Amino acid sequence: MTHPSDTGPAPVLALKGISKSFGAVRALRDVSLELIPGEVHALAGENGAGKSTLIKTLAGVHRPDTGQVLLDGAPVVFHGPGDARDAGIAVIYQEPTLFPDLSIAENIFMGRQPRRAFGRIDHRATHAATAALMNRLGVELDPDRPARGLSIADQQIVEIAKALSFDARVLIMDEPTAALTGSEVARLFGVVRTLREQGAAVLFISHRLEEIFEICQQVTTLRDGAWISSEPLAGMTEDDLVRRMVGRDLEELYPKQDVTPGETALSVRRLTREGVFTDVSFDVRCGEIVGLAGLVGAGRTEVARAVFGVDRWDAGEVEVDGRRLVNGAPSTAMAAGLALVPEDRRAQGLVMDMSIERNIGLTGLRTTVKAGLMDRGAERDRSLDWAVKLQVKYARIADTVNTLSGGNQQKVVLAKWLATGPKVLIVDEPTRGIDVGTKAEVHRLLSQLAADGVAVLMISSDLPEILGMADRVLVMHEGRITAEIPRTDATEETVMAAATGRAAA
Amino acid sequence: MTVAAPEEAPVAEVPKAGATRLVDRVFKMRELAILLVFLVMIAVTQAGNSEFLSEQGIKDLLLNATILVLVATGQSLVVITRNVDLSVGSTLGISAFAAGVYLQDGGNPVVAIALAVLLGIGFGLLNGLLVSLGQVPALVVTLGTLYIIRGIDSIWVGSRQITAADLPGGFVDFGAGGISAVPYLALIALVVLVATAYYLKHFGSGRELYALGSNPEAARLAGIPVRKRILAAYTFCGALAGLAGALYLARFGNADSGTGNGYELTVVSAVVVGGVVFTGGSGSVYGAALGALLLTSINSVLPALGVSSVWVLAINGILLILAIAVDRIVALRVASALKKRNARHA
Repeated sequence: MTHPSDTGPAPVLALKGISKSFGAVRALRDVSLELIPGEVHALAGENGAGKSTLIKTLAGVHRPDTGQVLLDGAPVVFHGPGDARDAGIAVIYQEPTLFPDLSIAENIFMGRQPRRAFGRIDHRATHAATAALMNRLGVELDPDRPARGLSIADQQIVEIAKALSFDARVLIMDEPTAALTGSEVARLFGVVRTLREQGAAVLFISHRLEEIFEICQQVTTLRDGAWISSEPLAGMTEDDLVRRMVGRDLEELYPKQDVTPGETALSVRRLTREGVFTDVSFDVRCGEIVGLAGLVGAGRTEVARAVFGVDRWDAGEVEVDGRRLVNGAPSTAMAAGLALVPEDRRAQGLVMDMSIERNIGLTGLRTTVKAGLMDRGAERDRSLDWAVKLQVKYARIADTVNTLSGGNQQKVVLAKWLATGPKVLIVDEPTRGIDVGTKAEVHRLLSQLAADGVAVLMISSDLPEILGMADRVLVMHEGRITAEIPRTDATEETVMAAATGRAAA
Repeated sequence: MTVAAPEEAPVAEVPKAGATRLVDRVFKMRELAILLVFLVMIAVTQAGNSEFLSEQGIKDLLLNATILVLVATGQSLVVITRNVDLSVGSTLGISAFAAGVYLQDGGNPVVAIALAVLLGIGFGLLNGLLVSLGQVPALVVTLGTLYIIRGIDSIWVGSRQITAADLPGGFVDFGAGGISAVPYLALIALVVLVATAYYLKHFGSGRELYALGSNPEAARLAGIPVRKRILAAYTFCGALAGLAGALYLARFGNADSGTGNGYELTVVSAVVVGGVVFTGGSGSVYGAALGALLLTSINSVLPALGVSSVWVLAINGILLILAIAVDRIVALRVASALKKRNARHA
């Protein structure tokens, strides 16, 4: 390596004046970006700002309408993801893109397996190279194990190993930490720092601002597809960054209203599902927001699913408003006034190809009926009403929900359930993958609901969110509730201690 | 080369975990299980009717399975990519007749087989192009080509019929002959089967078929030429359906406009019973071949046991559903084993 010149090291990969449209939507307008070896570069912006399009342009998935991609200063055209990979660009997408049926080793070397004579795959060399990569990353994953069933964190390790395996010079990470626990994030950041020190250029995307400040040196901000700024992070504050992303000052992110809790609305007693969670008891009262914290895999989602009746429980009981729920019957749970906003809105919360109107209408299929037939007018009115109340941003109510940004999709899921007039609302990771602006809106909405007397159980892996919004924090560890912490005593330390099983409750 | 220490390979770095061994075993077991069912069935039949496993009996078993094994092998490749080819029955029928017409006019048997294969390749290409370019579900596209090819066949063949008398004696002898109990046709199927299995395991493009069936989006992002691979899978499937057509003619000495009608469903059953998962990405051609052997053997087993052959269809159906149920249970067990391994890991 030569000594950096006065002008600093040359960018290994750069975008110059890139524009890209999809139909009438201008996803990127005249965006420029330079990635320097040995630097972690943050890409900031709200959902829908164009970050994903930019990444896919770098990855060779999209071809820009105008502008240039420069590799080592020379213009290149990527005809497909293979071209970008051959140029040394590795992309780790928000949702890891693995082959569940294939082994970890095959996932890493797919398309680039070591070969023997006549082009046959050298399975032994593939295995050995994978084992070596796992050693290098300091993780204990069997190369022959199928990727199916790996945790998100391990899936990302596999993606990183893939990047290492072809000596990627540029590593692009799209919200890699969204589904990770604290220790997994630390492990990931360790790997990223090592790569940076070895001279890789890293592009890092995260909605968690503190992570951007922790690991990045440079930040480029996008807003509505347009380039806003590129600058060093040193000397910036979180507020500065948010202002650039949102284009306005952000109101309070956690607008929690003080409420005096009323009657017990949801009562869970000694609920057990074998091998998943054990002896779970808690109450949620009207007007209260109860946070359910814990590491991913602690059993929080599973408890919510069992309470709502999607999964059966083996022992225990659940009461809503004094009425005992039937085991494994979501319809009785709904009738009793329970609503569940699931963790994965795309797979569980929405029918992506259906209109906003119909999606919101789904929970009213039994009520918006006239003479045994669906009352389409009533359905439309009900949907419009809620879409407006929640300020969903859409062109037409008949648009399919897959045209909406993540934050607006989440609002549609909320609208769908709020339209049932629930007494108890369970929200599972309500703001995962949602931009700061919409996040604040969702928080305000939850706070308002509680103030109106709804009992809210909020599952979240976002600690500031739990601490900012919850009146009480329940913490789960390995299928059991290990702590119940009142708002005043809840800190990152107390919650994390209970979540990792270190506390004596 | 010494025989010492086969464990010395660099594999030792990461010890194999219990869960992984279980997974390995289960997948090997899937094929073993069918083999076991098959062997038990044969043993029971033999016990009830000692004539069953005579040289001719074995030969019949193998001959009956041959055609289905070939077509199931091709179909497996397509199913592994998360697609399906319903037109194989029609392709088989039209290829058989084309080979017959050529031979009737005094053609060379080798050329006749090549002709049938070429015809199959043509229809395979057509299917592959429609599926890979059209972005239409394979089920619908190949249902369409099923009717189109059958329609062409009907118009062309009309009420004509090829019989053994129209064919050169050598061709028919070849179809019936073999090395002691092993028919020539079965040998051809075996060679194709082994070669295909070897290709799928040891060649990059073979593994890519599994990859794109397992997660099409990830395959695209990994730079796998998805369309090319799907096209290749369909072409291969078509080629084997064509070959099967020619062998069908050699075996039965007969072809008309109804030849191979409804065969596609038998093929799909064999593939699924053999453990090739319909959602793609998993299964082996050996499994599919065993599935084919099992299904066709039931046809011989029931009469040998004195059971009316009207039961065959119902039993095939039960086997199919049983196979899917077993797959489902095994998948759940494997998932929970892997989950436990994760938990220990964390």
